[in-house]
Amino acid sequence: QAHTPGSRAIIAMSEGKRLVETGRVCLCNYGANLGKLVVIINVVDGRRVLVDGPNADPKKAVKRQIMPLARLSLTTIKCDIMPGARINTLTKAMKAADVVGKWNAGSWAKGMAKKEAKASMGDFDRFKMMVARKTRAKAVNKAMKKMVKK
Amino acid sequence: MPATTARKAGKRSVSKAKKVVRKVLSRTKIGKKAPHNESATVGRSASYKRSGKWAVKAKNKGKFPVVKAPAKKEEAKTKAPRFYAAEDVPKPFNRRNVVKPAKLRDSITPGTVLILLAGRFRGKRVVFLKQLPSGLLMVTGPYKVNGVPIRRVNQAFVIATTTKVDVTGVDVAKFDDAYFAKAAVKKSKNADEFFATAKPTEELSPARKADQKAVDSKILAAVKKQEFLKPYLNSRFSLSKGQNPHAMVF
Repeated sequence: QAHTPGSRAIIAMSEGKRLVETGRVCLCNYGANLGKLVVIINVVDGRRVLVDGPNADPKKAVKRQIMPLARLSLTTIKCDIMPGARINTLTKAMKAADVVGKWNAGSWAKGMAKKEAKASMGDFDRFKMMVARKTRAKAVNKAMKKMVKK
Repeated sequence: MPATTARKAGKRSVSKAKKVVRKVLSRTKIGKKAPHNESATVGRSASYKRSGKWAVKAKNKGKFPVVKAPAKKEEAKTKAPRFYAAEDVPKPFNRRNVVKPAKLRDSITPGTVLILLAGRFRGKRVVFLKQLPSGLLMVTGPYKVNGVPIRRVNQAFVIATTTKVDVTGVDVAKFDDAYFAKAAVKKSKNADEFFATAKPTEELSPARKADQKAVDSKILAAVKKQEFLKPYLNSRFSLSKGQNPHAMVF
C-alpha cells in the first residue's frame, strides 16, 4: 500500500494520532512558558517549530517564536490556519475552533487545575480538607455497616 | 594666569575687603585644581596667592587670627592601685554594635495565625497580637481554645500561615517585655529551703487572669465567626510522609 502524505494524515487522524502540523495546538512543558497553550504556525525542521500563543491574558500569552519540539506536548486540538498565519488570523481561527473551550473541557486541563489547587492549599485549607474527608468516611462507613448487617 | 575679572552686578554695597577677595578669587581660582597643562612648579608668590592665606589675613585685619591654646586642666591626683594583676588582663574590644529588634516578616500582621515550632506549645496554632520592643512576638491561643496563654514567642520559631483572625479592637498597648519578664528568684541562704524538693509553685495572679480574659474575649468572638477555625486552632500541626515544608503553602 502506497502511503501518500495525505493518506498518512487520514490514517493518523482515524487512529487518533497527533501530528506536528500547522494549526496543531500544543502545551509548553518546559521553560518560561510552562503550562501555556500555543499553536504551530510552521515547521522549521525535524526538531523545531514556529509557534504563537495569543491570549487575552498577558500572563498566558506566548510571543511568536521558534520552539524546539521537545518543549511541546501535542494536544488533540487543531485549528484551521495556513502556514505563517499572522496573529489576527490566528486569533480568529482559534476562536472559530474554540481552542480554549475545548482545552478547558478536557481531562488534561482539569487534572492540571486540580493539581494546582491542591498545591496552593494553605494550612487551614488542608485542615478543612482533612475534616471533610473524615466526615465523608464516617458517613460511608456508617452506611456500609448498615448494608452489611442486612 | 587667566585675567577674568568677573564683576558681579548688584554687589556695589559690599565692603572693600570683600571686593578685593572676590576679584582675586576669580582670577586665581582658589580651591580649584591647577589645570594639568600648567607646570607643577609654581613660584612662591603665586602659590601664596593660590593658597588663600592672604584672604584669611584680609578678613582678620591684616594679621593671621591668633587662636589661644586651651587652658590645661589640672590632672586629678590618683593613688597608686593596691593590686596589680600577675598576668596581662585582656582588654575587651570596644563594641559599637547596637542590637536592633528583629524585623517583623511581611507575612505576620496582627491577627495572623502562627504555627509554633518549638517550646512547650510546639505545633499549636496561635493568634499573633503584636511585636514587643525586644523583637519577640506577643501571641495568645486564645487560652480557652487551645490552652496557650498570652505569651512571648520568637519569630524564628514560628511559621506564619495565610489565615487571619480579626483582632481590631483588642487592646494590647499595655503589654511590653517587663510584663512578661520572670520574677527574680530569691537565692535562699537557708539550707532547708535549698534542699527542698517541692518548690513552691507560684499561683497565677488574678491580674494576669483578668488580662488574659480581656484580650481573648474579642478574639474568641472573631474565631467563632469563621467555620472550623476553633477546631483548627485547637489542633496541632505535624508533617506527614511526602510533605515538604519548603514546597508547602501555609
